[in-house]
Amino acid sequence: MNADQVLQAMAKALPGADVEVRVEYRDSALTRFANSFIHQNVAEQTTTLGVRANHAGRTVSVTTTTVDLESLAERTKAALAVAPLDPAWPGLTAPSPLVAESVVDDATANATPDERASIVRDFVEAAKGLETAGYCRSAHWTGSYRSTAGQSLDAAATDAAFDGIARLNGADAVARRASARLSDVDGTAMGERVAASVRSLADPVELEPGRYEVVLMPEATADILHALAMYSFNGRFFADGRSFAEPGATQFDSSISIVDDPFFAGRPYDPEGTPRTRLTLVDKGVTKAIAHDRRTAAQAGVASTGHSLGEEGVFGPMPLNPAFLPGTGSVDDMVANVERGLLVTDFWYTRVLDPKTLVITGLTRNGVWLIENGKVVRAVRNLRFTQGYAQALAPGQVLAVGSEVVPQPNRRDLVNSAPVALRLASWNFTGGASG
Amino acid sequence: MTYFGLAETAISAALDAGARYADARVMHRRYESMNARNGEVEELASDESAGLGVRALVGSSWGFFAVPTLSEAGARQAGTRAAEIAKASARVPGPALDLIPTQVNTASWQSDCVIDPIGVALSEKGDLLTHASKLILEHGATLAEAQYQIWDTTKWFASSEGHRIDQHIRETGAGITATSIGNGESQRRSYPAARGQYGTRGWELVHDLDLLAHAPRVAEESRALLTAPLCPSGETTLILGGEQMCLQIHESVGHAIELDRILGWEAAFAGTSWLDLNQLGSLKYGSELMNIIIDPAIPGALGSFGFDDEGTPAQRRYAVQNGIWKGVLAGRDSAARAGLDYGGSVRSDGWARLPMVRMTNVGLEPGPHTLEEIIASTDDGVFMENNRSWSIDDKRLNFQFGCEIGYEVKNGKLGRMVRNPTYTGIGPKFWSSMDMLSSEIINWGTPNCGKGQPSQTGHTGHPAAPARFQNVRVGVRS
Repeated sequence: MNADQVLQAMAKALPGADVEVRVEYRDSALTRFANSFIHQNVAEQTTTLGVRANHAGRTVSVTTTTVDLESLAERTKAALAVAPLDPAWPGLTAPSPLVAESVVDDATANATPDERASIVRDFVEAAKGLETAGYCRSAHWTGSYRSTAGQSLDAAATDAAFDGIARLNGADAVARRASARLSDVDGTAMGERVAASVRSLADPVELEPGRYEVVLMPEATADILHALAMYSFNGRFFADGRSFAEPGATQFDSSISIVDDPFFAGRPYDPEGTPRTRLTLVDKGVTKAIAHDRRTAAQAGVASTGHSLGEEGVFGPMPLNPAFLPGTGSVDDMVANVERGLLVTDFWYTRVLDPKTLVITGLTRNGVWLIENGKVVRAVRNLRFTQGYAQALAPGQVLAVGSEVVPQPNRRDLVNSAPVALRLASWNFTGGASG
Repeated sequence: MTYFGLAETAISAALDAGARYADARVMHRRYESMNARNGEVEELASDESAGLGVRALVGSSWGFFAVPTLSEAGARQAGTRAAEIAKASARVPGPALDLIPTQVNTASWQSDCVIDPIGVALSEKGDLLTHASKLILEHGATLAEAQYQIWDTTKWFASSEGHRIDQHIRETGAGITATSIGNGESQRRSYPAARGQYGTRGWELVHDLDLLAHAPRVAEESRALLTAPLCPSGETTLILGGEQMCLQIHESVGHAIELDRILGWEAAFAGTSWLDLNQLGSLKYGSELMNIIIDPAIPGALGSFGFDDEGTPAQRRYAVQNGIWKGVLAGRDSAARAGLDYGGSVRSDGWARLPMVRMTNVGLEPGPHTLEEIIASTDDGVFMENNRSWSIDDKRLNFQFGCEIGYEVKNGKLGRMVRNPTYTGIGPKFWSSMDMLSSEIINWGTPNCGKGQPSQTGHTGHPAAPARFQNVRVGVRS
């Protein structure tokens, strides 16, 4: 499907309207394993055509996987005729080129089921008989954007992801990796790591709930990045007053810097045709920016940062590729400096209690250990926490920032994070495994 | 070529490529949604999606491939690719896999619908949402939202065993939300739930909700919550409203009885289950008041269908009967692996997704009381209603829920409103403490159940009613 032809057809059918057209092609495959065998193995090819039109003060968005332009134009016209008025229509994006290209790795774009299965096999074999589960994904996206305002963009990107656990006596250990290149996914290395990790989780003790100093591994801090992205740097939450973020204010420890970087493995423009940049959200503890689409940007009196979610925009624009800038500490150094605390690998099923205060409840998973006098002394059973994430990163609360970035995949292609380990002064555990 | 013809072509191609079983689903779906904020419609979204998904079993390994191309060539390619992917799965093989036998059906089914929801004028729908959100603003909320969603799905299923089933399912839902912001936090009230109420019904469902009548109340309650005292902390008697009971059932029963979790097939992502198949039929899940049914045949409930996505007809069975665990949500392969003789709970959220074990309608049979009686017989406790947050561990045991609103209960009467009500517990201990259950069942619909990789969004139904629980920890805070 050619985006220029679609735009011409829509502009002809809707004379005088603001029209934008998106044509996206996804070739995505995911190989899933559990009980140490591949039990689900899927692939899909999808072509999606999206049209958004504003005419006579009314706006509609239409998407389809079918290619019938005549029918699409008729549907759009019919919807426009009766759609409610949209006085906040922000207009179309002015012509502007991409800031940078995303990574397109041909080997990932053309990855075969056998190649994904081989990575899974390497992971399973490296775990040496332990029960394993997880997935390996490869995806290739190409997109074109055209509008009656003259914006014209074409881009492509690839995505690779792996997430695997090893299980032993009710304990799990995890390894995850996100990249634009499937060749970055080393099944053997990750299998060996999770096998060693899960064996260190034998005979866990149950700890009393309460506040503990913590060393959070990147798998856990990825959750902090995503929560900040969803609720705090989200332009809609900001406009509504539901975010704690205040640009210009020192709201985090000076060791914390956060960016949104679409060029690692993300889309270089958003569904409104706004080129994305590497956006600094927090610089040395100072909140610098909010993620905006055209509507929230107009409301805030600023320019869009290229964070529209398109037809899913009701939740609001948010960073899709958030990253902590690395510090200088290793996890070993962090642990060595803890008198009594917990080393936490991962968080599970976290949910926000109040977006304004960013209080989150969830559980630990995939490995928790007690640290005493600078040494990991024993495994601990999982704990429930109820913790304000912003409070945990507030000035004076961050004791060390890790140097190693471990890119983490998301449920969706080309959405990911680049977290590091963090040593935090206090984390509020509100329940043990038994309640 | 007909849609059944395309499905049969895909199946033939998969068999030609070495599959010993294959099924195919052609699906066409129209989706429409509208959201109004603060008295104005933002955007009207309309989506049309059509495609074909093929599942092939080669030896004991599955493969699945989906294409949007509804042509003979596209169908043939999809069938061949599904079988090729299944062969790649065999590089990391599992134990021998069978499918339990099923009756081969040739059938048509459609959900009940009085008013075609897509046929209702957009202007009428927009007027309703803008009016509702304006009312919320006028009654003092900081942020007013109203929304509806409609799915109109037709699917044609065929299998290499001879199934030929077409189904037309229309799903509709709507809701309103008021948010007030102040004192450094936000408070939300929604009607009838934050996600709205949904069913396999037409626009008559939205008429029945009467959103406008509830708009002033939710606005006023959201403002009142800003200055209400915090929910007390400690162990107490907890009364849950019906909508919160819907999510309690969904998270701590519905997901726990999914057979793929029990077998470990979801261990890395969705998690496993605390349930052990060796205890099926004997394990005490809750009190004798606890009777949970699996019933995809409830008219109008969101998890209803005529046949699941493996062609198994809708069947009612007990998940929990008089407090004893009796049944699971299963598919033909997972049932065979577990030594069970029933499936019927395999669903896919679209043509591009692999069918997998999902909830249908999972919920309570009615109890003997009313909410009024439950409150009247409670000396000291807390009443909570409308879900605000949910979190549960990977075995579906340790949960913590937050609700939008709470009230103290003193001497048989509702007392002060309390804000930020939360409660936490362990599944079987919690359900065993249920000592009163209302007869006031509502078939709640949950349109946002996430599971699977790639992610699928399931639509599930939950018959639920208010209930009382003893010695529950409430008021958990940061």
